[in-house]
Amino acid sequence: MSETAKAAGSGDFVSNLGRIYSIYTGGFFGFVIVLAILEQMGVPNVYIGYGFVFLTIAVYAVIGILSRTGEAGEYYVAGRRVPAFYNGMATGADWMSAASFVGMAGSLFLLGYDGLAFVLGWTGGYVLVAILIAPFLRKFGAYTVPDFFAARFGGNFPRFLAVIVLIACSFTYVTAQIFGTGLIAQRFLGMDFTVAVYVGLIGILLCSMLGGMKAVTWTQVAQYIVLIVAYLVPVVILSAKKYGIPLPQLTYGQAIADITALEQQMVRQGLATVASLKPHTAPFVNYSPLNYFALILCLMVGTASLPHVLMRYFTTPSVREARQSVAWSLFFIFLLYFTAPAYAAFSKLEVYSLIAKGTKLTDLPTWIFTYGKLGLVTICGKAAESVQVVVANCGAIANHPGLLRHQELGINADAIVLSTPEIAGLPYVIAGLVAAGGLAAALSTADGLLLAIANALSHDIYYKMIDTKAPTQRRLIVSRVFLLVVAVAAAYTASTRPADILAMVAWAFSLAAAGIFPALVLGVWWKRANGPGCIAGMIVGFGLCLLYLVVSRYFPGYGVTYLGMSALFNPVTGAPIVDVAKAMAAPNAMDGWVTLAHPLASKVGWFGVNNISSALFALPAGFLTIIVVSLMTRRPSQELYDLIDQIRRPRGGVMMEDKDAAVVH
Amino acid sequence: MQDGGDRYWSRTSGLMWTMFVLWLIFSFGVHFFVKELNQFQFLGFPVGFYMAAQGSLVAFVVMLFVFAWRQDAIDRDEGVAEDE
Repeated sequence: MSETAKAAGSGDFVSNLGRIYSIYTGGFFGFVIVLAILEQMGVPNVYIGYGFVFLTIAVYAVIGILSRTGEAGEYYVAGRRVPAFYNGMATGADWMSAASFVGMAGSLFLLGYDGLAFVLGWTGGYVLVAILIAPFLRKFGAYTVPDFFAARFGGNFPRFLAVIVLIACSFTYVTAQIFGTGLIAQRFLGMDFTVAVYVGLIGILLCSMLGGMKAVTWTQVAQYIVLIVAYLVPVVILSAKKYGIPLPQLTYGQAIADITALEQQMVRQGLATVASLKPHTAPFVNYSPLNYFALILCLMVGTASLPHVLMRYFTTPSVREARQSVAWSLFFIFLLYFTAPAYAAFSKLEVYSLIAKGTKLTDLPTWIFTYGKLGLVTICGKAAESVQVVVANCGAIANHPGLLRHQELGINADAIVLSTPEIAGLPYVIAGLVAAGGLAAALSTADGLLLAIANALSHDIYYKMIDTKAPTQRRLIVSRVFLLVVAVAAAYTASTRPADILAMVAWAFSLAAAGIFPALVLGVWWKRANGPGCIAGMIVGFGLCLLYLVVSRYFPGYGVTYLGMSALFNPVTGAPIVDVAKAMAAPNAMDGWVTLAHPLASKVGWFGVNNISSALFALPAGFLTIIVVSLMTRRPSQELYDLIDQIRRPRGGVMMEDKDAAVVH
Repeated sequence: MQDGGDRYWSRTSGLMWTMFVLWLIFSFGVHFFVKELNQFQFLGFPVGFYMAAQGSLVAFVVMLFVFAWRQDAIDRDEGVAEDE
């Protein structure tokens, strides 16, 4: 195909987006109905599951292959032709990960009000993206976030630091997405976990390798549609069944009132203890107010700093559309996040009803064992694998009444969304739909992250720092090689089921916030910020954040001895959660790289701040360092002042055309 | 963080600070009073819970559409909007 034909072809595609995605959405609903009919006709569940998973992945792959490209502008920023509305959908899919889809409602189930810190933190950050960052990055016209650091702060060292932060926060994140695809495929297709991980890997590569950002954009739009339908359908059905109105977001107020009533009833019946039961709507029973608000801040600022999100706003046709596109992004994300608390409330209501009606251990519903076998449901302290196991374990407890009791039932956050269709007794086709949605969420986020990492390595490290004369064709080959290498490395890491890496995902937000946010914001909003200030601020902010995370988690004894850390506090009683003096007297006190079983691991810190919120210290440190060091060193050149003026004004097209140096320092 | 005499940038910064203060209120301010607000009910929800689960989210979405619209108006007023 000639260059003009290609351009015309994609112009045609862009002008027909509405029609194409309407047909796609209609086709998806039709497909769900066909599978529902097949289920009624007696087709076994496992084939329904395969149908969902393979057909959706095949559609994404077809979009990915049709969007192949050989042009750098298409590969890195989708030709800057993505309309605000569709970029909003793509950002929604890019943003909402396996954790949002599978884990968020579960966290709200377990944490009640305090879990809402995640809902607030993962939405409000977009306000910062829109008012402080995205329009200016779009005007600048970079291919990657580190591009901006190089142009604004002069040279490749700031670029290199930005790449380090980018990889630090993105790699653990992408590993968790691939782990998520493995978990879902294992559960719904009965595949071996390792095989499932590599099947997920192929799905991811088919979407991204040939077409880069262009292909990822159009598959993410398709994935958004699948994931939002899959998230809403089960809970809409539950709401309609329970309260007669298919608007769960409105009716779950009633569900919460019912939960509160059941909480009191269970305690009266002796089926729950006051100690085990944390009232769903009571604030600050899991996090102290300081930790609750610190977590909101870190998640929000982290959102506004994660490169795989920011780079989505490079793809809009104009600065104006970049702003609108942030608004659409948040709208599409909002649709899922304001439904998640409803999901949590409805499934909690089902589970509490089960307990309150006095269910015998011999009469437990089958979903308990389905998820018990995966280790996601425990009863009386052990995985609920079968009736015999549960009865035996509970029988070992003195005076056990033989009934399911609240304090003995443990549900993993990941089980809630996946199991709700079964808990509520819905047909299997709904469970298959949920699996397809979870896969879409995991695959789309993995694509965005992989692209961010591979582009940083190929564009920033290889092209801008090693071989600045590389022809486009070679650059794109290098990009694809990096994409493949990073994807395989992430899949391999995921296949080893690394508990530590998965726990580190939550760190990504603090790391991104501390490493990127101060330099990015001051770079646009304070002309006096200069290169040395940026370098010092990134090192101090990112370094402090990393230090706090690693020391409090892996070297807690050193934290207590050398960094003045003390025990975190119980949010309800205010008492220390660990006796530091006693733990420090133990022989293992000064061990390094300790496991979570170590008495001090993740239980010490400064001012009682959890390590997940470490940017609370690192952010102010980063801002302050940039300001102080900038004021102590030379002011930026007049050319740079002019560059910033241009960044601030929408008129005049992108400033950093490909193949040109952005600005002469 | 001001450019002396630059009207476009001072109006842009003004809008940014307005949105920033609203962001502070809906991210943190309202939720400082969760216990007090929980004594009231809205659609069956305790109001403090409702604000964190839905109220603030709705505010963020509305804020962003208003921001895009207002900033565009400033761009046009000051003659720095992009060509259509």
